[in-house]
Amino acid sequence: MAVNNLYARWALEVGVVLFSSVAPSMAEPDAPSLSPTNIFAPVSTPANTIFGLSVFVLAVTAAIFVIVFSLLLYAVVKFRKRMDDDGREPPQVYGSNQVELAWTVIPVLIVVALFMATARVIGSVQRATRPSNAIEVIAIGHQFWWEYRYPGLHVVTANELHVPVSDPAHPTPTFIKLLSVDTDHSFWVPRLNGKTDLIPNHPNDTWIDPHETGLYLGQCAQYCGTQHAKMLLRVYVQSRDEFNRWIQDQSQPPHLSDTAAEGQHIFETTSCINCHAVAGTVADGRFGPDLSHLMSRDTIAAGAAPNTAENLRRWIQNPDSIKPGSRMPAMGLSDRDLDAVTEYLTTLR
Amino acid sequence: MSTDSIALPRPQEASPPLVDRLHEWVTTVDHKRLGILYILYALFFLVVGGIEATIMRIQLIRPQNDFVSPEVFNRMFTMHGTTMIFFVAMPIVFGFANYLVPLMIGARDMAFPRLNAFSFWMSAFGGFLLYFSLLGANGLYGAGNAPDVGWFAYAPLTAQTFSRGHSTDFWTLAVLVSGFGSIGTAINILTTILCLRCPGMKLGKMPLLAWLNLVMSGLVLLAIGPLTAAQIMLSLDRYLGAHFFDTQAGGSAVVWMHFFWIFGHPEVYILVIPAFAFVSEIVPVFSRKAMFGYPIMVAATVAIGFLSMAVWAHHMFTVGMSSNANTFFVLSTMAIGVPTGIKIFNWLATMWGGKIHFQTPMLFCIAFLFQFLIAGLTGIMLSAAPFDWQLGNSYFVVAHFHYVIVGGILFALFGAFYYWFPKMTGKMYNESLGKLHFLLFVLGFHLTFDFMHVPGLLGMPRRIYTYEPGRGWDIWNLIVTIGVFVQGLGVLIFVCNLLWSRLKGKSAGSDPWDAWTLEWTTSSPPPAYNFAAIPTVKSRRPLWDLKHPEDPDWKYE
Repeated sequence: MAVNNLYARWALEVGVVLFSSVAPSMAEPDAPSLSPTNIFAPVSTPANTIFGLSVFVLAVTAAIFVIVFSLLLYAVVKFRKRMDDDGREPPQVYGSNQVELAWTVIPVLIVVALFMATARVIGSVQRATRPSNAIEVIAIGHQFWWEYRYPGLHVVTANELHVPVSDPAHPTPTFIKLLSVDTDHSFWVPRLNGKTDLIPNHPNDTWIDPHETGLYLGQCAQYCGTQHAKMLLRVYVQSRDEFNRWIQDQSQPPHLSDTAAEGQHIFETTSCINCHAVAGTVADGRFGPDLSHLMSRDTIAAGAAPNTAENLRRWIQNPDSIKPGSRMPAMGLSDRDLDAVTEYLTTLR
Repeated sequence: MSTDSIALPRPQEASPPLVDRLHEWVTTVDHKRLGILYILYALFFLVVGGIEATIMRIQLIRPQNDFVSPEVFNRMFTMHGTTMIFFVAMPIVFGFANYLVPLMIGARDMAFPRLNAFSFWMSAFGGFLLYFSLLGANGLYGAGNAPDVGWFAYAPLTAQTFSRGHSTDFWTLAVLVSGFGSIGTAINILTTILCLRCPGMKLGKMPLLAWLNLVMSGLVLLAIGPLTAAQIMLSLDRYLGAHFFDTQAGGSAVVWMHFFWIFGHPEVYILVIPAFAFVSEIVPVFSRKAMFGYPIMVAATVAIGFLSMAVWAHHMFTVGMSSNANTFFVLSTMAIGVPTGIKIFNWLATMWGGKIHFQTPMLFCIAFLFQFLIAGLTGIMLSAAPFDWQLGNSYFVVAHFHYVIVGGILFALFGAFYYWFPKMTGKMYNESLGKLHFLLFVLGFHLTFDFMHVPGLLGMPRRIYTYEPGRGWDIWNLIVTIGVFVQGLGVLIFVCNLLWSRLKGKSAGSDPWDAWTLEWTTSSPPPAYNFAAIPTVKSRRPLWDLKHPEDPDWKYE
């Protein structure tokens, strides 16, 4: 793979220069210049392994393209009908066993090489062993949001996955079990790994071991219904300390404050609690996202809008204004109740 | 025909009234008329499907656009996919096969003319059922009025729980009913080729077009069965409480995927093999050379046919199959590249040493070779399962299969239109308009589908009605949408050319291309009985033998 990675870096640099000259406006300071979801900017072992294979396949196919295209171009130019054509038919050739054997055997050899390289990468990604210090997460697909559970750590959260950074010398990968409660979904964070589907009655697994801290984006990649487009993925890769602190905070019930007692009362006496849970209260619905630490999240509605008090209010009043077709109903609260519930939600840290 | 040489106006035959002429078309069992009906029907839906694609592209021209709602967008891509595959590509392929196969093997009609008519009307009925959903599918208040489950309709999105109303039922019935038509036509083509060849035409002396349609028909027979079964199972799930795909009652979503793709992948070859057939007829004539390596072309086609039945799960690399299963389907999928490569090389070798004429049919075939090469190479990328984990279900895949279907199949079809238009109508098309169509379509095609690969590499999944800014996808989507309008202009010129030439074109004569297969021995358009006397052939190019008695093919074959 050493050669591949050399090619890889070279191809990437050429590619980036080529593309960014076309579209310079796309460059962002801390994301790769092209896109935060560029499959050619891997930061995790499986994504990196796939990238190595991709570059090998791209090199082989590019070589085939250059050869065959040159032959086609040559044939079209060289054997065009000339102005001074004598009108006679060219010599008729019906075939040749030798050349036909050649262009059967050579492709067979290319296929064998490609197949071997591919089979090796399939094994290395799909049969990776899980070290005992691996973080375990259960990701559950819902229409149209993500539920994350950390078994043994008493943490349930939604839409924003937190994992620790993994030092390549001492890897602490995260293994994710993929489940679905309704339709098919697909977990795809291109810089961390390829996609794996979440299918009801068909548990799947995937794993990541991000080498750099930061926020990695992705989104559902299997059509799952009306709002498939706004089922966005956000993976926060944190230093080990930050991650531990996050787990610590998330595993405690939220500190409820008296100032929001009215909102809490409305929340707990309307249908909100049929779907939403807040740890330590009577709210224990499981159909929608767990709201115990809502304000620790940057976004609402699976990444569709920033998590501000204003957006929260709008979301409760009319979800369709942010994400038409989402499963959250418009609650029909009075303005006063709306303010109170929003107030209550903003205290959930 | 001594009367033709006398320059006297012939007595005008009274044209029958319009109603009678329409009645003749509706009740016809003539393979040529049915072929033309298939083709016109497909052209109508090509425009409809194209409009649906345009609506999607306008919506995606910039991030967070609100040209259409998510519900409408989802219906558009479902209708676009279903329409283009089942009601454009398949009927058009069957239409050409219907028209050409009997003429090229020296037969007077298909083996079962009435089954032929039945099959066409079943397929047509399927298309109308699909679009009737716009009027009739409102089963429940608020439920959608057109299918919105995607053209491969993955379970359990099609279950009653997630798809209320009747839109999914219309989709199921449309596909089911048109499938009956496909099976009828496949049986018909198979029987015709096996039983009705003219004297002297052994299997090894058939035109390649006949061979390739033979393989295509075999694939239809094998592939439509599982699809039909799946549709029936889905209906049982929805209405009689079966639980094949109903995951909430223990059914399996993955089983639907297997059923669908066991149909879905051979389907690609059902469409592309006839495209190969057109290219295999047009390239030799416009290069003025015999097809290079006829036996190996036949062998490669048969090999593709067999292999195509064993590759379906490469559509399912991301559903969590075991590494062994993934590895098997990598191998079978890559293997199919070998016979496909052989074909490309043989077409090149046919051009090699020839005298290439660049009329419109040949231009489309040369573009086909170029684009099909690229489509094959992106196919190899997708066949490497780990690469597919990144590329699968992204815009890269959308670009890849449009490269196959538009860049490959549609280009070959346009070539076939221009090549056989003189035979079908007796009129020559306008060459300048044909070349203009070619230029615009090549430009539009490459604007749209070259640049569509890029957002896929940058993480853009398919089937999203909108996207966030800042993902680096904006400029590519803008270019893609611009290309759509250039393609649309090209198709408009194509349609105008056909209509104008049909009415005002110059008379074409029976053999305008100085070609070599039997359809060019009869008049244009051919009489209802095709041949006054059934021809006898001695080689694969009977007209070459006739035109070059000093150097006939049968001495070398």
